Amino acid sequence: MPIKDLSPELAPDLAVELGLKPDEYEKIVDILGRVPTVTELYMYSLMWSEHCSYKHSRKALSMFKSDGPRVLQGPGENAGVISVGDGWAVAFKMESHNHPSAIEPYQGAATGIGGIIRDIFTMGARPIAALDSLRFGMLSEARQRYLFEGSVAGIGGYGNCLGVPTVGGEVYFEEAYEGNCLINAMAIGLMREEDLTRAVAAGPGNVVLLIGSTTGRDGIGGASVLASQEFDERAEDKRPAVQVGDPFEEKLLIEACLELLGKKLLVGLGDLGAAGLTSSASEMASRGGVGMDVDVAKIPARELGMKPFEFMVSESQERMLAVVEPEKLAEALAICGKWGLCATVIGEVTDTGRFVVRSGDEVHADMPAATLAHDAPVYDPPRERPSYLDAVQAFDPFAELELPGARGLAGRQEPSGESAENAGSADLGETLLGLLASPNICSRRWIWEQYDHQVMLNTVVIPGGDAAVLRIGDTGRGEMTRRAIAVSSDCNGRYCYLDPYVGAQIAVAEAARNVTCAGGDPAAVTDCLNFGSPEKPEVFWTLYEAVRGMADACKAFDVPVISGNVSFYNESFGRPIYPTPTVGLVGLLDDVERHCTLDFKDEGDVIVLVGESEAELGGSEYLKVEHDLVAGCPPALDLELEKSVQAAVRDAIASGLVKSAHDCSDGGLAVALAESCIAGGIGANVHLTDGLPPIASLFGETQSRIVVTVTDKAAEELVSRLIAAEVPFSVIGSVGGERLVIDGLVDGSLGDDSGDGGNDNDGRLTLVGLVDIMVDDLRDAYEGALERAVRGEVRS
Amino acid sequence: MRFGVVVFPGSNCEQDVVHAVRLLGFEADYVWHQDSDLDGFDAVVLPGGFSYGDYIRTGAVARFSPVMSEVVRFAEKGRPVLGICNGFQILTEARLLPGALLRNRGLKFICRPVHLRVDGSCSWLDLPMGTVLKIPINHNEGNYVCDEAVLSQMRENGQVVLRYCEKDGSSAGAGSAPNGALDDIAGICNERGNVFGLMPHPERVVDPITGGNDGQAFFTTVVRRLAEFES
Repeated sequence: MPIKDLSPELAPDLAVELGLKPDEYEKIVDILGRVPTVTELYMYSLMWSEHCSYKHSRKALSMFKSDGPRVLQGPGENAGVISVGDGWAVAFKMESHNHPSAIEPYQGAATGIGGIIRDIFTMGARPIAALDSLRFGMLSEARQRYLFEGSVAGIGGYGNCLGVPTVGGEVYFEEAYEGNCLINAMAIGLMREEDLTRAVAAGPGNVVLLIGSTTGRDGIGGASVLASQEFDERAEDKRPAVQVGDPFEEKLLIEACLELLGKKLLVGLGDLGAAGLTSSASEMASRGGVGMDVDVAKIPARELGMKPFEFMVSESQERMLAVVEPEKLAEALAICGKWGLCATVIGEVTDTGRFVVRSGDEVHADMPAATLAHDAPVYDPPRERPSYLDAVQAFDPFAELELPGARGLAGRQEPSGESAENAGSADLGETLLGLLASPNICSRRWIWEQYDHQVMLNTVVIPGGDAAVLRIGDTGRGEMTRRAIAVSSDCNGRYCYLDPYVGAQIAVAEAARNVTCAGGDPAAVTDCLNFGSPEKPEVFWTLYEAVRGMADACKAFDVPVISGNVSFYNESFGRPIYPTPTVGLVGLLDDVERHCTLDFKDEGDVIVLVGESEAELGGSEYLKVEHDLVAGCPPALDLELEKSVQAAVRDAIASGLVKSAHDCSDGGLAVALAESCIAGGIGANVHLTDGLPPIASLFGETQSRIVVTVTDKAAEELVSRLIAAEVPFSVIGSVGGERLVIDGLVDGSLGDDSGDGGNDNDGRLTLVGLVDIMVDDLRDAYEGALERAVRGEVRS
Repeated sequence: MRFGVVVFPGSNCEQDVVHAVRLLGFEADYVWHQDSDLDGFDAVVLPGGFSYGDYIRTGAVARFSPVMSEVVRFAEKGRPVLGICNGFQILTEARLLPGALLRNRGLKFICRPVHLRVDGSCSWLDLPMGTVLKIPINHNEGNYVCDEAVLSQMRENGQVVLRYCEKDGSSAGAGSAPNGALDDIAGICNERGNVFGLMPHPERVVDPITGGNDGQAFFTTVVRRLAEFES
């Protein structure tokens, strides 16, 4: 058959236009032994784009450890899968949809959910939860409010319709994300281990079935035009490359595909995501070591006059590709029909190893299938430590800022005067209220109340805590267990900007700590690595360091990285975002009844700080809110200490000792205490004896700290366990009353002129009131802040 | 005692309802929307979700599903029918209940536990008047409206079974319902009291580990009343 679309004189130019580099074009010519057709060029350009091939990041990603005793499926499939016990398994993955959302937030975010959910049920798992990790610019900007509101509405609009609960996530607002918001969606699915399905084509003569939506011109070039280039002033012109979602169709696809898989009617199943049919068909064929012959004339088209390449690269949503044995076809088609889904035979599996695209009798592409999926060039981009790091890391907040409460507060302190007892409390209290109302810390209720977070009846701990807890069970089949998973997604991009290696380690540590606070034992990780252009050595260095940090931390916690996604070119007008390696972590609980929440429970409960505060303010929310500074070194992380703190808290929770647990992260100990008071509707009396400057004691973001409460009776037991485990801790107060009252030991010598003061117990440490605020006032600051910001009532 | 739970394309709470009913010790099975046989079912539930995507008025397409004419006949025989959330919307579209449900006043989806006061009784709920329940809502279109004549008629007949209220059962003042519903209406029944529709999700609160047990009464009440009726 004749090959169509050959135009040797135009092909090299088209290749460049499609984003292929000259040597990549030459490699295609080598593979084919001739000039590529238009269709082939489109297909290669997408499959060899950064988004699909990971050609810049692949080598760095090999630092991750991705196997372990629980791992049933590691990276390389649509999602990773781990065993969770009793024959149950969970599949999960996180993926970005940053660029579409920056152009059209509602549809961009909605189709991000659609894509990640398809990755889950493609594995044979029923989607049971979603989490969303979001980054925007400052809400004082109208466009950022539009992007934020639109993205949240899109996530809700799509996820709610599917009946998959959105149980968690995070959001940060930083100038660095102003031109390039981040929408990272994570989905989790549940299955029986034996139902694990892979996206593999096998058995020459088997038919290839396209299920779901019709195919249109929407989303053409999404992976190459949007995801693999940075933004400039022409960004709005890229709107047609954003797909439009149809959650109803997706809901039908979930039900139909799970029924098809349940009845063992499919050889393999793949979803059409980035690069559409090209990607799913070539990946399925190459995994199975077979070929595939597809006739685009058979594909139900959404519009007239579509060219073969358009069918092959369309990113029309809600489509699945299935391989079916001919004798099972009728039954498979009947199930699709029952769900009202369009299902069309568009080709067949061959034994040639070649991917042939025809339109009737005309051949438009004929290439080795494996070369699309696996022969993309692998680069080892140059990397160079960014020049900004020396300057930001050299900043010492204690030396360079007039910090109230250290010199200032103690200076005002009359050594024996009653009148000055609470001299600092008004200032520090205001600071605490300001932090609680900061968009990066305040309650996310405004977001998660727009998401159905309860459907499926397994959500045991709803959003708003450290981690969501989901019971493992299939209400549909009536198979319930006592097991549960705890899930969290985390990444402080500011820390990663200040030190990508430490920042990425902290992302893993914090996700693990959050899961620990819920009672979960960290089991496995997925990630979404959001960075600028890998072709810039200073950006690539940050990716490399972040991956190294994540890999080291994951090894320390013994959690494999089982799936993930890389999103590069997150830049606008040449400015990259903060390095943002988002971590999604799943932990396991043997007994769902032994989960833990962050709210203070009862009068008289003893508050214990597990871990130890240090004088650390670099990268803190305090510096950002009070001094408009993003500077300093992020808090140090000692992985061994972190592990021992988490293990001790986890064991105490599993023994039923602990009444509440909450990690100290953004905003420090004072914010953690306030959040536990707000959630419990009860106050606390706290005495801090760390001897640190009050600002560091209250708002420093030292890692490896968890605030735990126990009953008066259990306190001794907890303390002896912590001593036995050699975990640092201090008993800092008790729950009760209607106020959060924090006193601190302040170094009186800092106030005089001797200059040689310190925290060396020179007898001049004095107990000073630092914070004294009604819980209702804490709540007012914390709860309403995000809605006020969305309404544009906050100026920065 | 066997509940039939109707599954429309796009329903997404049908498993939850079946699970809740079975947890309480009763039988439940799914009824596919193209079936036209409700024989063998003692009560029918239209569950929550987004039937047919709800891309036009909520419930407007579902009411034309084959099963709905059978649901209408079932209701006309006086048998108990419950519509939860999207099910309530479908019951109003099918004219089994008066009024309509518009988009929430704030134009945002709301998923949140709310307090509800029992102001009437029906086949599905006969708790003492004034009882306060805490049950989550989860909808984008729960802003109940009807004309004044219908409202005063419903009030007279005691058809307003549930109203949104404060924690202590008091009214928070006109227009204070989270979705803006007229007269704080959260759930209504027909004149006979056998057809009941409500926006909150009782099936979500039948198990304390996932939020409470205030929803149990709806399913146990209809079972008890059917048993009384038959004896």
